[in-house]
Amino acid sequence: MRIEVKDLRFSYGGAEVLHGISFAAGAGDVVAVLGPNGVGKSTLFRCLLGFLRPRSGQILLDGKNIRSMDHQELARQIAYIPQSAAPAFNYTVLDSVLMGMTSQIGVFSSPTAAHREKAMEALESLGIAHLANRGCGRISGGEKQMMLLARALVQDAKILIMDEPTASLDYGNSFRVMRRIETLGEAGYTVIFSTHEPNQAFRYASRVLALRDGRLLADGRPAEVLHEDTLSALYGIGVAVRCAEVDGMNYSISIPKGEK
Amino acid sequence: MTKRKKEKRAVHYSYRFAILAAAFVLVFLGSFVVGRYAVSPGSLLKILISRLMELVSFGKWSLVQTWTQREELVVLSIRFPRIVCAALVGAALSAAGVSYQGMFKNPMVSPDLMGASTGAGFGAALAILLSLGYLGITVSAFAFGLVAVLLAYCVSRFSRFKASMALILAGVMISSLFSACTSFVKLVADTTEQLPAITYWLMGSLSSVKMVDLKFAFWPILVGAVPLVLLRWRMNLLTLSEAEARSMGIHTGRLRLVVILCATLMTSASVAVSGMIGWVGLVIPHFCRMIFGYDYRRLIPASLLMGGTFLMIVDDIARNIAASEIPLGILTSFVGAPVFIYLILRGGLASED
Repeated sequence: MRIEVKDLRFSYGGAEVLHGISFAAGAGDVVAVLGPNGVGKSTLFRCLLGFLRPRSGQILLDGKNIRSMDHQELARQIAYIPQSAAPAFNYTVLDSVLMGMTSQIGVFSSPTAAHREKAMEALESLGIAHLANRGCGRISGGEKQMMLLARALVQDAKILIMDEPTASLDYGNSFRVMRRIETLGEAGYTVIFSTHEPNQAFRYASRVLALRDGRLLADGRPAEVLHEDTLSALYGIGVAVRCAEVDGMNYSISIPKGEK
Repeated sequence: MTKRKKEKRAVHYSYRFAILAAAFVLVFLGSFVVGRYAVSPGSLLKILISRLMELVSFGKWSLVQTWTQREELVVLSIRFPRIVCAALVGAALSAAGVSYQGMFKNPMVSPDLMGASTGAGFGAALAILLSLGYLGITVSAFAFGLVAVLLAYCVSRFSRFKASMALILAGVMISSLFSACTSFVKLVADTTEQLPAITYWLMGSLSSVKMVDLKFAFWPILVGAVPLVLLRWRMNLLTLSEAEARSMGIHTGRLRLVVILCATLMTSASVAVSGMIGWVGLVIPHFCRMIFGYDYRRLIPASLLMGGTFLMIVDDIARNIAASEIPLGILTSFVGAPVFIYLILRGGLASED
């Protein structure tokens, strides 16, 4: 599955928010979207998911425009993992994951034993099968993120869009979630996630899109395009990028230095 | 291990459903026996079975009559419509309530949030003012209930707020508009007959229910209930955020409209025959969640059964506790408010598991 965005422009009322964004991502790409607050990351995601209608430009999935797809067809290609919010009702983890299979279940039908089995498999693969019958209001932030991931996986979509997957997670859980995203990329999923932490892009992403004022400032391998001056321009602060060798592996890391 | 646990849970719920269904049947039959005119359980069963045989065989079969004519009159003409109506109204209000709560992602919402009751109340008051007669009151109440909700829905469509917020705001505004209209009708109504009639009607009662009301309430409630029962699993999706539900392939706007239409049909029909009966749609869904969990697959049938059972019991109390009948709306408030206070004090209404 290949997602291709061509000269995407979007405006709320009169004000244009995205000024011609173009990029493409294929199977196995883990794409980090970086950019300061209010730069249009969410707007870009909402366009990719088909919630917002762009003013001009195209979004193609394997060459097919998403405008010509209905909700169900799109749901089978793209899954969305929101920032975990407190649910209004305390569904069990299993029931929540089952909801991900909506596009495979008839309008007047309910999930069957086969659907439950598949949901359990997804929970098992993410290591949270023991929480299946727990209420989703009673699990930790990291577990909730894994549950949302399981829900997206059973949707059978090959493109996953994640809105700040590690927001409000601790250091260890951030690593676990990000590591899982990395393995999903290795398994052939296309993952597009937003983050406010350049180090996450360095560490886990195979591609980075740096978004500034509705335009792409950089697009490429993180170590190749995230230079000190790019990050400085992106966030308006002084940034140093250094290389560190850990157990024979080279990692780039960014460190904020101070106001420019 | 987890799989076995899940299977065990499923059995658990079917047990609870069996108990609830048994309670419904028992309360239904029991309601025929209680009352000022005593009917023995034996005669009651014979009357009901005989009537059922007549219906099935188009009048060819029936039991040999061992009961008095008076017993038959009390059971079939007086208590039957009233008890069935109580069951229907209770079921309708709590199913509408549980649906609205899911749709608005808020367990504190009642089925008349969008103005169904206040609209119907105005319709009834207007009909009483214009001396339209008994059927006229019912029809007018039903029609204005629908009008109020449709108005609120249309207003919300033009709002720039998020859909569920827009519906709530529009509903609250339309409701207060219609209650102002009702107050105005009361103001100009003749104080010796019309005003007490309006006041009494607004308090909610099933004391004057006849067969014709039953027919009037039955069809809208059935038409409203069937889609909700069919769509019951999908309704879970409405409790998610708009973006989540849409990304899973749901047409949230369409589903929401269907739920609003169904819940409004049921609420308006209920209010039209019984007047305003509060709390049922708020309290019964809470008990259903406590016993049956959060999945709408179980919540819809459970709230239909439990709501019906509850209102039959309340109506039994209403017609037996005092020398003159107590309006149902007062009784449900007496039951509902303390229960709700208890729930608030226990904290975490919806997150309780």
